[in-house]
Amino acid sequence: MATLDILYFAWVRELIGRDDDQVDRPAPDSTVADLIDMLASRGGGYAEALGDKERLRAALDQHFVVLDTPIGQARELAIFPPVTGG
Amino acid sequence: MKQVSVQAEDFDVAAELSALEQVGGGGVASFTGIVRGENGLTALELQHYPAMTAPQVERIVEEAMTRWPLLGVRVIHRVGRLSPGDRIVFVGTASRHRTAALESCAFLIDWLKSHAPFWKKEHFADRDPTWVEAKAEDEAKAYGWTK
Repeated sequence: MATLDILYFAWVRELIGRDDDQVDRPAPDSTVADLIDMLASRGGGYAEALGDKERLRAALDQHFVVLDTPIGQARELAIFPPVTGG
Repeated sequence: MKQVSVQAEDFDVAAELSALEQVGGGGVASFTGIVRGENGLTALELQHYPAMTAPQVERIVEEAMTRWPLLGVRVIHRVGRLSPGDRIVFVGTASRHRTAALESCAFLIDWLKSHAPFWKKEHFADRDPTWVEAKAEDEAKAYGWTK
């Protein structure tokens, strides 16, 4: 079964208490938002970090995407707050 | 000339400007960002997404080069732990004329703020550290360039 690597950054990482996770790759038509909901249902830090999707942004295979993007064949999903560089 | 660096080390602004002056344009514009020490800030920590950061900044530079006739672009973004007064980011552009150099420099720094995977955490002497919240106005400013 193919897997999907999930990376966390900034306060998402701190609340979850992990840098990354690996899950079985979901059905190709399931979206980033679906996966975030699935992770949030684990409760604890996951629920705290991922409960409010308005505060979250994501990247699939190192490209920014909106949360209703299907995961498709992506290998890496990153979940993080809005960026604050510069 | 097109060069992007994401690094912990400081950089030499004079050397970077000098390199841009040698690409044959009529003008060089630059922006240097400095860590502000206001509100009792003792350190600024920059986290990033290593596999994505440099490629994404390259894409932002490519975007600038499609919009303006640029002869040189140099972007340096530091990561890790910085102190007040430290340089954090450098954007330099060279073009035949000032408008392209100045406008593309402003575009690049706006897009670095809103389109590149960096996150800032502020550390203070007297209270817990906090992650910097993205400003809606920064996003609005960046999207203003889509016009």
